[in-house]
Order: sequence, then C-alpha cells, then structure tokens
Amino acid sequence: MSPILEVRDLRVEFPTRRGTLVALDGVSFSIAPGEVLGVVGESGAGKSMTGAAIIGLLEPPGRIAGGQILLQGKRIDNLRYDQMRRIRGREIGAIFQDPLTTLNPLYTVGDQLIETMLTHLPISPAVAKRRAVEWLEMVGIPAAAQRVQSYPHEFSGGMRQRVVIALALCAEPKLIVADEPTTALDVSIQAQVIALLKRLAREKGTAMMLVTHDMGVIAETADRVAVMYAGRIAEIGPVREVVKNPQHPYTAGLMASIPPLDRRVERLAQIDGAMPRLSAIPQGCAYNPRCPRVFSRCAVERPELLDAGTTLAACWLHAKAMTDA
Amino acid sequence: MANAFAQLRDSDIWWSFKRSPVTVISAIVALICIVTAVAAPFIAPHNPFDVATLNLLDAFKPPAWIDEGEADYLLGTDDQGRDLLSAILYGARISLFVGISATVFAALVGVSVGLLAGFLGGTVDALLMRIADIQLTFPSILVALLVDGIVRAAVPREVHDQIALFVVVVAIGISEWPKFARPVRGSTMVERNKEYVLAARVIGVSSFRIMTGHVLPNVLGPVLVIATLNLGLAILAEATLSFLGVGVPPTQPSLGTLIRVGNDFLFSGEWWITIFPGVSLVIMVLSVNLLGDWLRDALNPKLR
Amino acid sequence: MPEPAPFVEARDLARYFDVSRPVLQRLFSGEGRRILRAVDGVSFTIPKGTTLSLVGESGCGKSTVARLIVGLYPPTAGRVLFDGQDLRQARAAASQRRRMQMIFQDPYASLNPRWRVEDIVAEPIRAFGLEKDAAGVRDRVGALLTQVGLAPQDGAKFPHEFSGGQRQRISIARALSSSPEFLVCDEPTSALDVSVQAQILNLMMDLQRRLGLTYLFISHNLAVVRQVSDTIGVMYLGRLVEVSPAETLFQAPQHPYTRALMEAIPDMAMAGHARAPVGGEVPSPIDPPTGCAFHPRCPLANTRCKVERPELLVAGGAMVACHAVQEGRATSMPEAA
Repeated sequence: MSPILEVRDLRVEFPTRRGTLVALDGVSFSIAPGEVLGVVGESGAGKSMTGAAIIGLLEPPGRIAGGQILLQGKRIDNLRYDQMRRIRGREIGAIFQDPLTTLNPLYTVGDQLIETMLTHLPISPAVAKRRAVEWLEMVGIPAAAQRVQSYPHEFSGGMRQRVVIALALCAEPKLIVADEPTTALDVSIQAQVIALLKRLAREKGTAMMLVTHDMGVIAETADRVAVMYAGRIAEIGPVREVVKNPQHPYTAGLMASIPPLDRRVERLAQIDGAMPRLSAIPQGCAYNPRCPRVFSRCAVERPELLDAGTTLAACWLHAKAMTDA
Repeated sequence: MANAFAQLRDSDIWWSFKRSPVTVISAIVALICIVTAVAAPFIAPHNPFDVATLNLLDAFKPPAWIDEGEADYLLGTDDQGRDLLSAILYGARISLFVGISATVFAALVGVSVGLLAGFLGGTVDALLMRIADIQLTFPSILVALLVDGIVRAAVPREVHDQIALFVVVVAIGISEWPKFARPVRGSTMVERNKEYVLAARVIGVSSFRIMTGHVLPNVLGPVLVIATLNLGLAILAEATLSFLGVGVPPTQPSLGTLIRVGNDFLFSGEWWITIFPGVSLVIMVLSVNLLGDWLRDALNPKLR
Repeated sequence: MPEPAPFVEARDLARYFDVSRPVLQRLFSGEGRRILRAVDGVSFTIPKGTTLSLVGESGCGKSTVARLIVGLYPPTAGRVLFDGQDLRQARAAASQRRRMQMIFQDPYASLNPRWRVEDIVAEPIRAFGLEKDAAGVRDRVGALLTQVGLAPQDGAKFPHEFSGGQRQRISIARALSSSPEFLVCDEPTSALDVSVQAQILNLMMDLQRRLGLTYLFISHNLAVVRQVSDTIGVMYLGRLVEVSPAETLFQAPQHPYTRALMEAIPDMAMAGHARAPVGGEVPSPIDPPTGCAFHPRCPLANTRCKVERPELLVAGGAMVACHAVQEGRATSMPEAA
C-alpha cells in the first residue's frame, strides 16, 4: 500500500544573526494508511518541528530549506499559505497539547464541528448537524446531543481534548499530526484519550504521526517509532524492536533511563551530559560526545540511517558490522 | 569596562539597533539635542538671560537668510531682542531638564507603588490601584494644572517663582506615575509567585529583601521602555503647561514658553519666533519617541 | 515493630483557599463564598533518613502539602511537627530554619535570572551567616557546585547559560548550602527529559545516602516514586487515600483509586497491548462529592460510600481509606496487572 505521508530528506533552517541554525537535517520517513508513527525525543530534538513543518506551521523565521513532503504522492512543502490552509483540516488534522489553542471560545463546539465539515465535505447543513452529534458520541462525550450546544470553556480538560480530536477527525483527513496530545492531561485521562485516538485511526484508516516525549504513550499506541536526536532521526523501526531491542546507543540509553514501574533499581541508568544546542552540534555523529560506544569514525563522519537488522539506526556500529561480515 | 563594552557590542540589542536606520538617526538626533542643550552656556552665541546685552532695537529680526536678517542672529530674534537660536538652546535645556526629572520622579513613585501593590496585594493593592485608576480618568495635563494650582494657592508668589521649576516637575511626575505603577504591579504579581521567590522565603529572607533584591531587578525591564516613551510625553506636557502660562517662570523660558510668546506674533508676520522653537520641540520629542518604540520592540522577545 | 521516632510529622493538616469572586461581583450575582479545600485532614510521619512520597493527579493537593510542611503557607487547621517541635516555633529560629530546604519543579523559574549562580547558591549561606568572610562563602559554593556535578567556575555564569538538568543541579546545590537535614522536593524531575531525570534522581539518592537526608518527595509519576521512596502516600482531592510502604503499595495496591492509577500508566512492557482505562475525571475540589470523594468513579462504590467518608485505617500492612477494603469487598476487584 502506498504511504499517506512521505517525508524525504527534510531540512529546516533558522536564520539568525549568528549564522543559520539547522533545526532538522536529513529527516526521512513515511506513514502508511491506518499506521501510527510515534516520534520521540528530548526537548529540542526537533520532534515538534517535524510536525510543524508537515502541517505548514513552522514558526518564522524557520523555513524548509531542503527535501520534500509528500501527501498521497503530491508535494505539499512548497504550497502557498492559502493552499496549505485548505489542506490542513481537509487532508491533515492537527491536535496540539493545549486544546484551548485549537478551539474558538466564542462558538459552541457543535458550530465548530459543523463549520469544519461544511467547509471540507460536500454535505448539507442538516447532515453536518447530525454528524456533529455522532462525532461527539464517537469520542465518548456523554449526553452528546445536549453538549453539542456547549462552549469550549464548559468542558473539562480531558473532555476538551476529546472535542479537539473530534474536530481534527470530522473532515475525515488522511493524516493526523498529534503533538503531545495527552501531555496536559492527568494520567487516568491520558489512557482514555490515547485509546480513543488509536481506535479512530484504525477504524478510519487514517495515518497518524504522534509526537511525544513519553515513551510509555508511544509503546502503547504506535506501530513504528522514530527516535530523534539533535534534529535528525537516530533510529526508526517497529515499536517493539526499538523499545525492547534498540540498535542505536542513544535509544538504548534513553530506554534504560526510564524508571521501571515493576521493580526498584539501585541506580538508574543515565546518559551523562545533555543534548547539544543547535548552535553547537558536534561534528560527526551528534551523539558521539555522550556515547559509551564511540570510536574514531564517529567524531569525523556523520552516519546516515543504516540497516541494523530489525530497525534502521544512524550509527557507525552497524556499518562496521556490515564490513566485518 | 572594556568587557562591558564588548558585551554590548555582542548583544542582541546592539544588533537590532544597527539594523534600524530610523533608530540610529533618532539616536543621533536625540544625542545632539541633549549635548547642545547641556552645553548651551558654552555654545550659544548669546546669553538670552543677560538683560544687559538685550537691546529692544534688535527685536523682531528675521532669520539670517532673509533680507532684513543679521548674520549675528541666525534664527532671528524675538520681541525682546533675544537671539532665537540661543533662546532655543537654553529653552531645550529647561525642557529636557523638566522632562527627564519628571520622568525620573514618576518612575520612582510608580515603581515603588507598583512593587508594593503587587507584592503585598490585598487591601494595600486595592487602595493604591484605585487611586491610580481614579487618576487615570483625568487627563494628565489636568492633574498637572491642579497640582500647579494648589501650589500657587499655597505659597506666596515670590517663593513660587523660585520653586516653579520643581513644581512643574512634580506636577508632571504625579500625573504620569500610574503609567509605571500598573505594569510594574503586573509583573511583580507574576514574579512574586515564581519559585525563586519561594526559595528565598523558605530560608526566611525578609519581604523587603525579596522585593528589592529578587523582584525589583526582574520587573525593571519594561520600566526603561516606559520611561523613554514617557520622556517625550513629559517634554510635551511641560511645553503645554508653559504654553498655557502655568509652567516654568518667564525668566527661564522653555520651548513651550517660546512657542507661546511667538504665537502672539504668528499672524503679524514674525513666524520665526514660534516656528523654530516648535520645530525644535517636534524634532526632540519625535527622536525620543522613535527611540522608545525601537527599545520596546527590541526588548520584546515575542517580536524578535 | 518499634516505630522509629518521627522526624517530620503532619497532624490533621488542612489548608483551605478562598477562591470567591470579588465582593462586588458576589453581591450582584448573589453567590456565596467559594472555599477550595486543597488539603483536608492529612496526617503522616517521616522517620529520619527516609523518603515519604506523595503521589496523585493535578489538583489533589500534594504540592500544597509540600508548601505547608516547609512553612510557605500557614495551615488552616492541624499542625506540622519538625523534630518534635511545632513548625511555627521551629521557623522562628534561623538555626532551625536552615535545617529544612526545598527543591522546586520548574528549573527555569526557580533560579533568579538576574543573579549569578554563585550568588544564588550562596543566598542561604549569607542569609544564615554560615561563613564569616567572602573567601569562606566562595569556597563553600565551589564545594557545593562540585558536589552536584558542576564545576566551581560555573558560579560566575548566569542561569540561562545552563540546560534544564544543570539548573536543577544548581537548585539542589542551593538547597544543600545551609546543610539541611530535611528536603522537600516538589516534582523535582517532572520538567526534565527522561535521560536527565535519571541523572537528577541518581544524584538525589546519592546525596540522601551520603548526607543522611530526609525527603518529602512530591510527584505524579509512579515509576519515579517507586525508585526513591520508602513510604508512599496516594492523595485524591486533598486527602490521603492510601499510605503504604513502597514495596507493599506496588505489590498489592488496595484502594480502588491506587489501582486505577497503576492501571492507567502506559507501561513499556505492554507495547502493542490495550488496557482498560478508568472512566470519569477528577471532580472539582471546590465542590467535592459527598462521602468518599472517589465514589463517582469507583467500581466498588455503594450507598455507604456516597454518604460516609471513610477513615484512613490499617489494612493489610498499609493504611487505606476505603469502605470496600475495610468491609472485605475489594477483593472482588480485578487485580492490576
């Protein structure tokens, strides 16, 4: 099946007075229909920026400086703002961390759902009205027929995020970009929202890019996962493999540093140091100063994504394995 | 010192300054205004306050480039025979002095009130801010007139002439302090709940020390911007008061006084007596305001 | 089993906040005062050298407890005992005050951006007059920075030159500078990335071992809490619903809310599996449900739960505030996997 979204060698730059910062470099991945791709990484790794670049909402002065973004085979990275706006909503739904930024406080949630559907779908107002109630029911809002008349502030945080999900899905987009959709929610509500998102993506055959810093959410929701570090993908592969059997030393360190829930450990595994700032990304592999398995090549030459068996990892260890073999 | 200079040269502020030609020109003009005003006694061709040198025969001389003009009086003379250029230089000095003093006074009062109101909250806050609200419902020039009127009624005339300059400073200062108090109160309320303030409270640092040592340095940022923007307003307020004849004493004419005097002759042909002080005032206020606008944008992280 | 003497003790602690609208608005709308019971009847003890953690979702009152314990808020009712002394008396004397310190959540807000790191770390030293001269302060600050994994030269820099994890280290150095015995840690790692979180947790555990510190640890992250705690208190809407030794809590959670919380955590081991989420949301603490506050979401709730508030009573090696547990009805609930 051909992918819904294909990102090829994406490069995002931020011109500043101290020179151009490269925020994303050589980012490539694709998402198939009904597939959930998790994108994880520490703050500043570029995961949210990847999402912003795809939906055409990069914060200026950031700009796409190279590569392509294809939605169902058509390039969308070079579209004008108004063309892109039509695609957002119709083809791409966006869900952000704070539901209040997406909802208009002056309209009822029903009006917002109806307007979105009428803008993007060839249906009559009466149908849209009926569907608005159906959507609220589908995302699990009790008494949907009455709540359709409510304003966003009348909903609690978890319910609001459900409304946002309904709003992002109601125009039946091919792709959903969800940026930390559960981070602002309490744990017990997080679980409900994640389950909902996943179910809807499956049912509707929607491709989903799920950006989060929470490995637990990814492990639970995603089919595949891309681990980002300093603006590049360090490792990408099936979620089970990346979590249980990471091939990139950074992924391994990241997984090991997550405190386990099922036992107490004497000492948590930690990665010393911090991710470099964009203005001071080391030569070669960006992870090399922190890497426990660093060798001479790592400080000189930057690794591309290499076949690491079950996953792709940007690490010279895997090139070595190949040449040795 | 050299280090501080290098830091400035390397800073974002300097960078944004260099990139804005309007700002650079404003800064140069403002600097010229300040330097010439401060150095007026040394660079002015005449001393307009020295009655001995005044000659009524020299009155109403037009600017030098007009037929009846004299080279000695570059911008002409007024009704008293004073050299207009010298009067403008001395007048700008007084205008600037009043403007800066009034702004500093307003900033001192406003920052203190805002800091106290924001930090203490509750009744103190409600009281101080209602006073500010009430005052803001009056045009500031009205407040200044009121203060000036009260002082005039309270002190004898000769005393008033002596302290007139300070009365104007206080009058304008009092009318402007709420503009400082409100934003300072707002940012104080944000800062006082930040965790670094809590950390100081955990170890028992006194409220006064927290206010002055922790909160104050963090709320001063916008004050510089407000002060610069307000400086222009204060200069205009002084000019307005003097134009209305309730400002600085006639023995120490400011730009406003000069404009008022000249205004009487505007339609009898002696336009220069009012136009040149007026243009000087516009240039001075405009350059200060443009600087303030730039400073506001440069210090606003959202617009960077 | 002899109880070790409590070092820190909370007795029936309560803190209410008046969140009424301004008087004038209330007069016009005719509504009454609104009281938010952030903390209500919370009691616990922390033996010296151990860690008590409070967990719960946002709005459960755990951060308010932290602030009450360290004296940032006066309690509405109840009291805090610090080393046998009433907190108010203890805080009146600098010699006692320096024995307790606090570490905050947000590494960007907890350091004054206008101060140099050396002055930030030295603030408690100067406030308590712990060193006689400037050289003494400087040496002590240098030693503290080294102790938390920074360099003495870092003291000359400003906070914005550091990453989030490094800032949290500075925050810890400041907290340690008055040689305290008791640290209140309010979500110290929840603003940090996971790899940095491990660094800070390791540092805090090392320091506890080396300096014999007593911690009150506030967190919403059960996995983090499991790593650091001796005892864990679970809070819901301003009250403790379960207090239990850490291992017991994770082996055999008893209160239905504790079980729900554990069930809700996305677990790495479950990759690809679904789980049953808990229904409903946390009610408003301004107008909490009657009886047991958890009853509208509880699968075991009956009429007694709706009217009668359960007390925190001993049950199976822990303290649990639940009628179902006390009546033996809780066993029918499916075990959290």
